[in-house]
Amino acid sequence: MSVLASPRADAGAAADIVRRRLSRRGTDLGGRLFEALLLLMLLAGLGVLGWLLTVVTVNGLPTLVERGGDFFTSGLASRPERAGVAQGLTGSLYLMGFVAALAFPLGIAAAVYLEEYARDTALTRLMNGVVRNLAGVPSIVYGLLGLAIFVVALGDVLGPGRASGRSLLAGGLTMAVLVLPIVIITAAEALRAVPVAIREAAFGVGATRWEVVRHHVLPYAAPGILTGTILAMARAFGETAPLIVVGAVVGGFNLAYDNPLEQLFGRYTALPTTIYDWAGNPPEFAGNVYAAIVVLLVVLLGVNALAVVLRNRFDRRW
Amino acid sequence: MNPGRRRREAAVRLGFAAAALLAVVISAAIVLTLVGEAWRFASQVDPGLLLERGWFPRRDLYGIPTILAGTLTIAGIAMGVAAPLGLGSAIYLSEYAGTRTRALLKPALEVLAGVPSVVLGYFALQVISPSLVDPLCAGPTDPYTMGAAGIAVGILVMPLVASVAEDAMHAVPASLREASYGLGARRRTTSLRVVLPAAVSGIVAAIILGASRAIGETMVVAIAAGGLGGSLFSLNPCGPGQTMTAAMTALATGSDQVRGAGLAFPSLYFVGLLLFAITLGLNVAAGRIVHRLRERY
Repeated sequence: MSVLASPRADAGAAADIVRRRLSRRGTDLGGRLFEALLLLMLLAGLGVLGWLLTVVTVNGLPTLVERGGDFFTSGLASRPERAGVAQGLTGSLYLMGFVAALAFPLGIAAAVYLEEYARDTALTRLMNGVVRNLAGVPSIVYGLLGLAIFVVALGDVLGPGRASGRSLLAGGLTMAVLVLPIVIITAAEALRAVPVAIREAAFGVGATRWEVVRHHVLPYAAPGILTGTILAMARAFGETAPLIVVGAVVGGFNLAYDNPLEQLFGRYTALPTTIYDWAGNPPEFAGNVYAAIVVLLVVLLGVNALAVVLRNRFDRRW
Repeated sequence: MNPGRRRREAAVRLGFAAAALLAVVISAAIVLTLVGEAWRFASQVDPGLLLERGWFPRRDLYGIPTILAGTLTIAGIAMGVAAPLGLGSAIYLSEYAGTRTRALLKPALEVLAGVPSVVLGYFALQVISPSLVDPLCAGPTDPYTMGAAGIAVGILVMPLVASVAEDAMHAVPASLREASYGLGARRRTTSLRVVLPAAVSGIVAAIILGASRAIGETMVVAIAAGGLGGSLFSLNPCGPGQTMTAAMTALATGSDQVRGAGLAFPSLYFVGLLLFAITLGLNVAAGRIVHRLRERY
């Protein structure tokens, strides 16, 4: 800063500086650089996604095209040209069925209780906290729970005989427990988004709490609940670690069953566990791994897109 | 109200309450099984052995520092990737991006978050390891490296960090930004000196949650970090290593023999309890911090 002679000259100089600053053209170069850096960080993450999708498609599609339908009808095999995802896909579909049949009704009922029935007591707060923290438990810990309870303690009932406890039933129950907190949290959010006025209007004409929930709150919350449950399905479809712990087949195994019931009590594998198994095989299996990843990603992206479409279609602003 | 209606009302209420209680029962079951089996292990194993270096369950060597070191190395690398990328993305999305850019980029981040970890694990082993880790480590390394696993876990965790941090910045009232602009501050100054400090607790929570996810991440590490069948104590990102989660999958797939008479089976639960305690602690801490943020505005 320059030393100035008099207050008057001081003011004049200051005005001059301000005038110069205000009339200055050009862009804020540092600001632009900063913005570019931020965008670069975001694109770095998305770039890896693009890189991954490219690598997977380039390496997976040829195998998929070459094998055609055969890839979907053959099962686990030790030679790559004969190995396919039939058993993995069936197993994964069964697991999603378990999630839909067990976790959805239970999760939605729990959410309805927490949001619509429970008063703000210490117990309610405890339950809310427990659900929140359950959602953050690493999935492999759920595998340990399933191993101790469904495989070891209830093994004789759920997976008798040669399955030695490691049955599809045990895997399905573990998956249902795993997604339960996610279903509760998303359903509770959807219920919370329904305005209180709707409930008050229904109570005002003499409806009971169940009637309010059944006829007014649930219909409005249904799209949100549906989106959440679809995302929970996707999670169950891609989850691997807990299935490995509760003994989904990793490695060669004969998995032929005469009927669905026998399948339920027998050993199984899923699509992601098949990928994990093949990933540890010799390099000749690389084509198979990439092809199976293509199948997995197509299903997952399809399911996610469905959720986004539903959310946009039914999204309601109050 | 007629008695039938009243009875139905009570029955429905009971049903819902039972479903909600199930969540509490499940968490109680998790804690009880983990503690019970872990205790069985802890009471049988020689405590001195737990502090040895090296994790070789088949030889009855259960060096907890070894798998802790692997876990911290990989989580450290992952956060080195996820924290800057996630925060940068959050600032961009919250302060710079227009509505249309946001509508495009946010779903893309959600897709990245939805990529299953087996897929990223295989990608880490086949692509990240040869093309990123080898040059960084100067020379051809073992294809199984903690570096490749760490980078992949970081990419996996980055959308979570970005999303939680962006929520926190979004919650900063617009009046703070307007005041800053009114004083003549530029957008960069406003973002870094006004919005970022105001959202700091949410950002800290985002990083803690990210770290918790990185520590609990299993499949990437099981596929790309090596360490099946045991591992020496190592902090070297250019070499293989063993984490708590990968040690658990190795124990469970039988490559380290779970169903024998030995201690390998209960050791699985001991490691699980340790992992559960660490991640729960981090999650609770993050929840506390977020809660404090919510009270201030």
